[in-house]
Amino acid sequence: MAIEAPLPVLKPTDFASNQDVRWCPGCGDYSILAQMKKVLPTLGVPRENIVFISGIGCSSRFPYYMNTYGMHSIHGRAPAVASGLKTCRPDLQVWVITGDGDGLSIGGNHLMHCIRRNMDLNIVLFNNRIYGLTKGQYSPTSPLGKRTKSSPMGAIDNPLHPLSIAIGCEATFVARSIDTNIKHLADTLKRAAEHQGTAFVEVYQNCNVFNDGAWDYAKDKDTKADTTLELIHGKPMIFGKDRDKGIRLNGMNPEVVELGKGISEDDLLFHDEKSPEPTLAYLLSRMRYEDGFPEPIGVFRAIDAPRYDVAVNDQIDEAIEAKGPGDLEKLFRSGDTWTVE
Amino acid sequence: MSTVASKQVSQLEDATVRFCGDSGDGMQLAGTQLTNTSALAGNDIATFPDFPAEIRAPRGTKAGVSGFQIHFSSTEIFTPGDTVDALVAMNPAALVTNLQDLREGGVLIVNKDAFDKKGLEQAGYTDDPTEDGSLTGKYKFHSIDMTKLTRLAVEEYGLSMKEADRCRNFFAMGLVFWLYDRSMEPTLRFIEAKFGKKPEIAGANTAALKAGYHYGETVEAMNTQYQVAPAKLGPGTYRNIMGNEALAWGLVAAATLSKKRLFLGAYPITPASDILHELAKHKHFNVLTFQAEDEIAAMTATIGAAFAGEMAVTASSGPGIALKGEGLGLAVMTELPMVIVNVQRGGPSTGLPTKTEQADLFQAIFGRNGECPMPVIAARSPGDCFDVAQEAWRIAVRFMTPVMLLTDGYIANGSEPWRVPPLAELTPVEVKHPPGHDPSQANGNGDANGDEFLPYARDERLARPWAIPGTPGLMHRIGGLEKADGTGNVSYDPINHQHMIDTRAKKTALVAEDIPLQELDGADTGDVLVLSWGGPYGACATAVHRMQRAGKAVSHCHLRYLNPFPKNLGEILGNFKTILIPELNLGQLRTLIRAEYLIDAVGLNKVQGKPFSVAEVVEKIESLLG
Repeated sequence: MAIEAPLPVLKPTDFASNQDVRWCPGCGDYSILAQMKKVLPTLGVPRENIVFISGIGCSSRFPYYMNTYGMHSIHGRAPAVASGLKTCRPDLQVWVITGDGDGLSIGGNHLMHCIRRNMDLNIVLFNNRIYGLTKGQYSPTSPLGKRTKSSPMGAIDNPLHPLSIAIGCEATFVARSIDTNIKHLADTLKRAAEHQGTAFVEVYQNCNVFNDGAWDYAKDKDTKADTTLELIHGKPMIFGKDRDKGIRLNGMNPEVVELGKGISEDDLLFHDEKSPEPTLAYLLSRMRYEDGFPEPIGVFRAIDAPRYDVAVNDQIDEAIEAKGPGDLEKLFRSGDTWTVE
Repeated sequence: MSTVASKQVSQLEDATVRFCGDSGDGMQLAGTQLTNTSALAGNDIATFPDFPAEIRAPRGTKAGVSGFQIHFSSTEIFTPGDTVDALVAMNPAALVTNLQDLREGGVLIVNKDAFDKKGLEQAGYTDDPTEDGSLTGKYKFHSIDMTKLTRLAVEEYGLSMKEADRCRNFFAMGLVFWLYDRSMEPTLRFIEAKFGKKPEIAGANTAALKAGYHYGETVEAMNTQYQVAPAKLGPGTYRNIMGNEALAWGLVAAATLSKKRLFLGAYPITPASDILHELAKHKHFNVLTFQAEDEIAAMTATIGAAFAGEMAVTASSGPGIALKGEGLGLAVMTELPMVIVNVQRGGPSTGLPTKTEQADLFQAIFGRNGECPMPVIAARSPGDCFDVAQEAWRIAVRFMTPVMLLTDGYIANGSEPWRVPPLAELTPVEVKHPPGHDPSQANGNGDANGDEFLPYARDERLARPWAIPGTPGLMHRIGGLEKADGTGNVSYDPINHQHMIDTRAKKTALVAEDIPLQELDGADTGDVLVLSWGGPYGACATAVHRMQRAGKAVSHCHLRYLNPFPKNLGEILGNFKTILIPELNLGQLRTLIRAEYLIDAVGLNKVQGKPFSVAEVVEKIESLLG
């Protein structure tokens, strides 16, 4: 830009659109919306350069509530819409808002390919383990045995785990947070925004109407210290109300150990979000509360890798460099021609 | 050589040649080379490649036969020809599946070496037709040991038997080049460009080509050489062009002239993939090709690119368009400009992937949920794809709408001479984006005047503004839920829904005010009007010209615009006793015409994966004339 005007200082309210928010009272989505509005002004990106793209579902109403550019697209396709947009406009900051059904069921294919291309998109998956907008069917993240309107005898579909999927697709940034853990959520969204490449964030989100309490173990102030593990790069994996438990590697498998009694911090797993191999991140993504593990929150993986949106535009520059700018006359007359007088 | 002098030279107005053989025999290449050299000789040409869906069907079987037909002429022509004047059959299966199209007295060349026991069995022959005398009297029959002669010709290059045999198509080409007095130069240049880095292959192909040519020149049995004089095309520089290529170039031209980058979202599908391949070659024109994970992603990424403010295009064929259906609905709802290309093939389902058909017209016009109107236009010939691509973009931008562009496998893979348009003849499409407010103004929303931005405000064509991300003050949200008029906010209001449905329908109807009036070939009243669209243009034009020369009151009306129809179409149709609509479907345009104009149009309908022959159309017209 030729003119270097100082960017106006924006407040969270500047990111609120004039539309009434229509989620059910008490929905976890409100908190995520609030944290997003809090984070965006800190990024130094003008509102007009931010775009929110969503699919279908409760979470996908998100773009309507943001005073940025946005598109509420169709079910599962937000990553593809965003990919077209970002390919053309790498200058924009593009967010994809999706849910467990939208992202992992009907849109699983797009999510997978978007992540492996490492498009510079920030994908936030609101995981409430239920279909909310269609009023309470089990979702791809609902646990086995989950009784819902469409599974009166209990769900028999083995659930998917969003972060394991993302890591399997070679995601370069993978993180998890919780709707009510607002500071952690804001920090995580900020990290995602700053990452160059696809940033995939799973947010444990409560649907208080159709699946209330699904994440209580990770949210309840009495239990969360024992059921979650906050990942910090370079630090040992310690958790528990009294910070007396840790994760140790036993062969290929993680195990929960108590500190003291001959086990020191040095015996524990140390978090390394920059590890080029996804093995540790994948192992962490498999740690589940029902198997007796604390569930990690924070950044699992953050590595640098080439981005599709950059590479595709670089190829244009390379082609222009090699062949000169496109010349229609030259194109039309390429190869064999003949002239009729 | 001494025998050369004894050869007769016969002048022809036109000729139709077909190469056929196994799908690994290089028949498409042979056809393409004859096409190029004929085009450079100044003939008018029309081609019809016809190949199986399998890349390599079992060798020697009827299912694996691949053919390429070319019609070259000293006069203007519109079709690849009904019957064949010279047939080259590389094996028994090719002979048995193609012989019925060779006219009596035509030239028949077969590769005798392929007529062994196994080959004959695979073709279902009990006796060897090359030896039982059945061909000799009926055709100018030449049974040639092409395999042996090719092996001999390439001996010095030290190729394996398999490699040597792969030069056979060049021998066949050489022979046909001699037969029609065609220059070998373009093919020699092609060999150099293609195989220059493998000198032994280049040398062997050259040797095989020349051996075929010299064989024709030398052998006494080939006693006649044919010549087809250059056609009297209008002045200009010409080239040979295929439909998909012309379409891709039309898109590039449209993007370049409207100062947009071109985004193509595509998933490989026959017969549309060549559009992706062609555009991928032209990145220096600011072309972004996105090979998506599936058709749905190709469509929705195209919507994202349109939202981004670029010239967004997706190209597919019927099954792919079916998958794009929901995305097309979003494109209509968000009222973003983009072009959707359907290179039609035989359906339903996977159908006949490599064969032509026109059965996706209903899909193009109606194939979405809800009242979901979209302009639909169709190309009529390979070269016409260039113009139609630009026209699709013009309509898309002026009306802020997705536009469906129909071609078909016959046009896409066919080729014809194309006059290179001087750039001054091309009309740039003017694209406007509303400006935003001053970015230094804190917290400002609204347009350049500070007024509230209405993403669904409309101009006289009912088009909404194309405000693109990055524009200060114009932040807005669009999506698939019904929009409130003006603001574009979500609205469930019943009256608003009716209004928006009516508005989208009216906007599409208004396209009729922005397109040329329908033209007619022939008198504007008469006994029969042939009304055609898409690929059958050539057969219909030729048939009607033939009837007109015979003094019949027959005219031809070819539609480019299928939704909406040109506004004078009803008037034209009313002036003829009978309306005949030839289509490669069961009567889709006919149904539309009947519904729109209450005219009892007659159909000529065929769904055999093949284009109409001129004779079929003529016969139908004659039956209607009584």
